[in-house]
Amino acid sequence: MNDVTRRGFLAGGAATAASLATAPYVHAQKRGGTMRFVAQADLKILDPVWTTAYITRNHSYLVYDTLFGTDEQLAVKPQMVEKHTVSTDGLKWSFTLRPGLKWHDGQPVVAEDCVESLKRWGKKDRFGRLLMAHTAKLAPVDRRTFTLELAERFGPVLEALGKPSSNTPFMMPARLAVTSADEQLKEIVGSGPFRFVKDEWQPGNQVVYVKNPDYLPRSEAPSGSSGGKQVHLDKVIWRYIPDAATAAAALAAGEVDWWEIPPLDFIPRIEQNAALATFLPDPAGTQGWLRPNHLHPPFNNKKARQALVAMMDQATYLQAAIGVPKYFRPCHSVFACNGPYASKVGAEGLARQNLDRARALVKESGYDGRPVTVIHVTDISLLNGSALVTRDLLTQIGFTVDLKTMDWSTNLATRARKDPPDKGGWNVLHTWWMAADVMHPAVHFGVSGAGPGAWFGWPEIPALEKLITEFVRATEPARRKQLADEIQKVALDEVAYVPWGEWMSPTAFRRNVQGILKFIAPLFWNVQIA
Amino acid sequence: MLPQILRRLLATIPVMGVVAVAVFALLHLTPGDPAVIIAGDYATTDDIARIRAKLGLDRPFLTQVGIWLGQIVRGDLGTSIFSGLPVSRLIGQRAEVTILLTLYATVLSVCLGVPLGVVAAWRQGSLLDRAIMIVAVSGFSMPVFWLGFLLVYLFAITLAWLPVQGYAPLGSGLGATLRHLTLPAVTLSLVYMALIARMTRASMLGVLGEDYVRTAFAKGLAPRAVLVRHALKNASLPIVTIIGLGFALLIGGAVVTESVFALPGLGRLTVDAIIRRDYPVIQGVILVVSAVYVLINLVVDVLYVVLDPRIRY
Repeated sequence: MNDVTRRGFLAGGAATAASLATAPYVHAQKRGGTMRFVAQADLKILDPVWTTAYITRNHSYLVYDTLFGTDEQLAVKPQMVEKHTVSTDGLKWSFTLRPGLKWHDGQPVVAEDCVESLKRWGKKDRFGRLLMAHTAKLAPVDRRTFTLELAERFGPVLEALGKPSSNTPFMMPARLAVTSADEQLKEIVGSGPFRFVKDEWQPGNQVVYVKNPDYLPRSEAPSGSSGGKQVHLDKVIWRYIPDAATAAAALAAGEVDWWEIPPLDFIPRIEQNAALATFLPDPAGTQGWLRPNHLHPPFNNKKARQALVAMMDQATYLQAAIGVPKYFRPCHSVFACNGPYASKVGAEGLARQNLDRARALVKESGYDGRPVTVIHVTDISLLNGSALVTRDLLTQIGFTVDLKTMDWSTNLATRARKDPPDKGGWNVLHTWWMAADVMHPAVHFGVSGAGPGAWFGWPEIPALEKLITEFVRATEPARRKQLADEIQKVALDEVAYVPWGEWMSPTAFRRNVQGILKFIAPLFWNVQIA
Repeated sequence: MLPQILRRLLATIPVMGVVAVAVFALLHLTPGDPAVIIAGDYATTDDIARIRAKLGLDRPFLTQVGIWLGQIVRGDLGTSIFSGLPVSRLIGQRAEVTILLTLYATVLSVCLGVPLGVVAAWRQGSLLDRAIMIVAVSGFSMPVFWLGFLLVYLFAITLAWLPVQGYAPLGSGLGATLRHLTLPAVTLSLVYMALIARMTRASMLGVLGEDYVRTAFAKGLAPRAVLVRHALKNASLPIVTIIGLGFALLIGGAVVTESVFALPGLGRLTVDAIIRRDYPVIQGVILVVSAVYVLINLVVDVLYVVLDPRIRY
């Protein structure tokens, strides 16, 4: 997953969801003021297409707007779009923009801008690529209207356009959107509720945004990234404070107002402080992964991979990696347990650890005793904990384990290597994804079986690719659910990867901060400082 | 003197060249690849290869060295791979913090360390001497990050006298800048102060046994005059050396201190760049810091001549 962007997700929780899950939504009582916010990571890349980093996505929600937003119930709602229509055969879509939308440089937002933005996004994002592969024509009709003509049926058109997580299809002026998707934007101009102040941007220290006075919010109440983006703040300052103890002290002393993702071990102290509060902005949470490399022995053998499922005990992983039971929960579905495609189909083996069966599978696989290289990332506690559990379990079921210790950045380079483990490659890695990224088959990298085109580990499972294509072409919800179940069954049988549970991450803020919305990214509209 | 200084300055050019090539080589031997960090999680192997080509990381090592050295000669430190900002601008944004922090810590260390060392030597073997040396040993032994948190807890959270973190640029007023830098400077200076105190004591002990010091006391000069005018001046060469070396140590120590106090200085810029393998930034910062080290050494050498006119280069 995303480098430092996901470092903040070292924590999570379920049991407190009931008490924390009520969004402190309030109507505006006071306007103005500066929000001092401690971001989960340092914002270094500003282009939301060039990188998948969550911190860049979060930054983009301030600066850019989207055609469609996602509400708290994960429903896709129009945002920049005023109205849309679809032909009876489902092949021709028409989108009309709201009138009066303007870019931060004062120019009006026109249909051509959105067409070019979608084309650029469609070259990089997995969901976007799928959509574009089914698209015959995407073109403006007039200044406010554009059409999407599909070559073949594509069920989740609106889900794609309203995709909430990286890469989110943010809209930008056509003159910028024509930049190659492999090149970073040179200029940051959006139409979102805040403007980015480039002169005050200090990578590694702070990012500054000011209210966009030209922004036209929708009339609906805000919900997630949809609805009226009413801005009450004059200025938002993101601070990067790498040391958690310093961030905690700054929050307690009132030097900052909102800390995006405190590590879980800081939460009890925060909760004891009457001036501070916590809130669970994304109850869907985050999913942990154990990913075998399908290219090399022993995990190029299906039985050896199935041993990984049989040895799995999610509670042990979660305890070692996350540590605070009220913030984690076992989840035996490859799709997020809070999502629409959560399923138990084919997950019986995952739900109950069976070490005897795992040992038998290792023998049946013909394992020859060669060391299994497990990537061990030590500077991110959840990856450290999960790798150590894996080493222990692999040893118990008969594998010889070589723990390859490294930092996160080295891991990013190592995991991209397709070489055999004894020549710098690897056999097993651990990572994590936000629930929004594993919500359904079109966005879920773990269920891709595209071989060289799949995520690191490169499983080649043609049946999965066929089912995913059927899924995106299906339009009936019941059929899509059925296909998602099938996908899970194949993914777990072939062991594309092994999920090791879910956890959630509370956010912390001073009590005078009100109006934080539930969403996968911190949103600054509706928020006020009382 | 001026020709000597010019000669020394010219001699730094090959030194800097060796530093530049060594840093470049070391970085490219280190595991990690900025292209995969940029490419993110959804990237295919082809995507990563394309980004690597765009960044010029697929070129032969010697070609990359040549391009970088060519830029340096033209006074261009390059551009950050991630932010796209010029390295010189990034260094410029951060230099003020690190320079002021280092100077502040140096002033504190020298102003406390030298008098403590002199007094400890003068009262050698006394309770006062032992107390000062205990403080000095403690200063050496205390981890900077631990001391930093202790000071934050006491002065920022409990007493609310000073801010926990952050920096106020000089433009916002000297008072605000000093308020933000006081806790980091005190934290950073403790080790250095202890080092100076111990070195001053040792050097003073050597001098206090000399005949001319005994004569000065015998003439009835006040102890302060003997200690400062006669003994300290003659004991100052090793002290100046340690102050020069310590200044370099402080720049290194600033990495931890800047992280603890969330100061946007060169130390944190370097650490962040190393974590991401942002090669141009790492190379640029190390080159600039190396140049500062070389200059400090030059200043120390010049000071030798000022303090002891018998010295010739």
